[in-house]
Amino acid sequence: MSQLLQVLLSGLATGSIYALVAIGFTLVWQAAQTVNFAQGEFVMLPAFFVLVAMGYFGLPFLPALLVGLVLSVLVLGVLFKKLIAEPILPHGGITLIIATMALGIFLKESVKEFYSAEAQPFPSIFPNDPIDIFGAVVSLQDLFNLAISLGVVVVLTLFLNRTRTGRCMQATAQNPAVAEILGVDVKRMILYTFLINAALAALASFLITPVYLAKFSNGETLGLIAFIAAIVGGFNQIRGALVGGLLIGVLDNLTATYVTAQYRAALPLVLLIVIIMLRPQGLMGTSEGRSV
Amino acid sequence: MSAPVLSVRNIEKSFGGIQAVRGVSFDVHKGEILGLIGPNGSGKSTLFNCILGQLAPDAGEVHVTGRNVSKMRASDLNKLGVGRTFQQLSVFPKMTVLDNIILAGQEHHGTMLSRLFGPSDAGLTQQAEQLISFFRLTHLRDALAGSLSYGQQKLVDAAMALMAGPSLVLLDEPAGGVNLTMLANLKERLVTYNAEHGTTFVVIEHNMEFVMSLCTRIIVLAEGHIIAEGKPEEIRANQTVIDAYLGG
Amino acid sequence: MKRWLRPLLLVLLLVLAIIAPLGQGNYIVYTLTSWLIFSIAAMGLNLTLGYAGQISLAQASFMAIGAYTTALLTLAGWHWVLAMPLGLILCFAVGLLLGYPALRVKGHFLAFVTLAFNTLVFLILRNEEWLTGGSYGLVGMPRPDFGLFSTMKQLPFYYFTLGITVIASLVMWGIVRSPWGRAFKALRENPVRAESLGVDTRRITLLAFAIGSVYGGLAGALITPLVQFIEPGSFGVGHSLRILLMVVVGGAGYFFGPFLGAGVVIMLPEMLRFTAGYYLIIYSALVIVMLVFVPSGLIGIGGRLREKFRPRREVRADMREGARLQ
Repeated sequence: MSQLLQVLLSGLATGSIYALVAIGFTLVWQAAQTVNFAQGEFVMLPAFFVLVAMGYFGLPFLPALLVGLVLSVLVLGVLFKKLIAEPILPHGGITLIIATMALGIFLKESVKEFYSAEAQPFPSIFPNDPIDIFGAVVSLQDLFNLAISLGVVVVLTLFLNRTRTGRCMQATAQNPAVAEILGVDVKRMILYTFLINAALAALASFLITPVYLAKFSNGETLGLIAFIAAIVGGFNQIRGALVGGLLIGVLDNLTATYVTAQYRAALPLVLLIVIIMLRPQGLMGTSEGRSV
Repeated sequence: MSAPVLSVRNIEKSFGGIQAVRGVSFDVHKGEILGLIGPNGSGKSTLFNCILGQLAPDAGEVHVTGRNVSKMRASDLNKLGVGRTFQQLSVFPKMTVLDNIILAGQEHHGTMLSRLFGPSDAGLTQQAEQLISFFRLTHLRDALAGSLSYGQQKLVDAAMALMAGPSLVLLDEPAGGVNLTMLANLKERLVTYNAEHGTTFVVIEHNMEFVMSLCTRIIVLAEGHIIAEGKPEEIRANQTVIDAYLGG
Repeated sequence: MKRWLRPLLLVLLLVLAIIAPLGQGNYIVYTLTSWLIFSIAAMGLNLTLGYAGQISLAQASFMAIGAYTTALLTLAGWHWVLAMPLGLILCFAVGLLLGYPALRVKGHFLAFVTLAFNTLVFLILRNEEWLTGGSYGLVGMPRPDFGLFSTMKQLPFYYFTLGITVIASLVMWGIVRSPWGRAFKALRENPVRAESLGVDTRRITLLAFAIGSVYGGLAGALITPLVQFIEPGSFGVGHSLRILLMVVVGGAGYFFGPFLGAGVVIMLPEMLRFTAGYYLIIYSALVIVMLVFVPSGLIGIGGRLREKFRPRREVRADMREGARLQ
């Protein structure tokens, strides 16, 4: 029983980070029709920005995190939008898929060549001490991760629903043409979406890299899981990506512990296929309309 | 009188509390050009989609030449001899006009396997060219359908609907967005085709002038049921119809 | 293009393909053979994606099915000529299966489903060691021997592959030129309209996947005797992306696109090899640049240049999607 609780809690913690990545992915897909196949690498990269800031520029950890965040927003937000998403979007979805996949390879190989192919340790923001909850041994880090991620989701939801800008972003996601007529600065809203995605990816990176160690290949698994979480959860609400992320995190842990380690990666894949076939709008989605 | 080509019986359809169509019945006989008109919200689009199998009616049945088509797939309905045009975006833009029209006929020619091993055009080039010339599009035979003007595409759309020699053709707002000259052309071609082949047409349309001059009989819908039926002159003078349109 | 020009070009190409490897070292002949094999895989995907408009990120998994089936059977003593068709049949069946999701979803969703499928196949190949040798793979598959003609050496094997490629191309040409080809294109451009004209879009979609998969399987069946060592890593999602790249770079929906695309995708890394570790970086950057400037592929470049000098009627921009129901 206590082991189950342990597995559940740790699954929720990892899942909440997946949720952040899934939310960013969903936002950009909804508002800008950009399916970012490099999302995994977007989560891999910010950690390396921090390592470079610390290693080559001698910054202490917290300022380095800030630098990492700013760089991520600039590179993975602004540059990504201007240099890749915008020019390629008019040419259709398939081209964008290939372009973002190529981008993922570019980022991955660049880190491998210019930094290192070896896994690097990454400091954790929170202490890693274990604490006891009803007999289950959970790390403090996991609990903090869970809290931070959920907190961010709450803030984001409030932002999108309660602020003017947020509602403009929602309008852009639902119907850009109409939004433009109503006076919404659609281009700016789309830019914000890319920026938010970059920030979310960076945050996810800082939370998850202490566990996985910083390695150029981190993007592969993370990316796929983010897609699956977003789709399983359902596109019509942020809640969908959240639920999807948590679900995948917990299921993944449960599978690995109780069923099979070899095929643990198969579960999210099968789930993806099943959901797409039976309920393409996802668990939380509604069949009509899109919303942020 | 022979059996009706199209028989619509007691069609009812509602969407979450709003009844779009409330018990509509009518017959269409061979050679007729029937117009279905009505003010906005009268239910004519819903009725049209029920007839075509795009929507499943809550009640009622649709019969084409005696066969119940209520749950048929679009491709099966087409094989039964029903053609249709679309309101918008109805051609294959990156294929030539000729290819568009050959496609419209090829699925009625032989089996899948015979089509794989048979000639590239399924033997339909001459027939397609005849139809192209009927619609006076011969000079555009090898042009990509997507490069044609809107009105020209409507003509190609009509040609595609007619290629397989259907007994019944349903035209979905054919006049929408077409200029006057092209409209007159389209109307004249449809009337001529109907006279030469006896094909039955059902037209759903907003453009009153177009409908009045094209159709042999008109059915008027308002608020989900039929309020008038008759020849164009009769409908034009019908007070109930005038009231319905003026918003009584 | 003049009537007589096209057949002449084809003959020229064939002649080039025949004399290209003569006098070259083993490695070059090997690369040329690789090019032919991937052209076949890309040709299949070109049917599914270029002609029928169905996106698939799973072509490498069909190469895997073809490769492993052929490998296991030839290692058990079967002749390649008997092993290969079995691989093709299996690919046809599995391809049909993969077509079912395509009936439900399109575009990005379909891309994900096929991606998930590819990864699942990879997992099975890696985990089921008793059958596939797991991560260690299978090794020592023989090259086919036709009595008087043995393909053991690089050059004969190249000509053997060339023969198969020509046959496969002729079959594909037959399919694409027939009413089936027209129906595939209709599916791509306007599936709702196609359905209303009597096209059984369900059957056509499944066929697009099944036939495309068979070509993937054929490529796999040829890879096995070429490399004589196969392992799951050669058939992952990254490789499906490579094949997709070949189709798009060459020009999706054009008959010779796959050959051009496969040539570029295979040759480019070879040419960049001197850059050692950086070549993937340069390669992926070049891909992105190409997609920004010439998204319709390299074959499209010819068309684009012609447009500049002799503008023709253009397909209207609003003709992007097919007919929609009200």
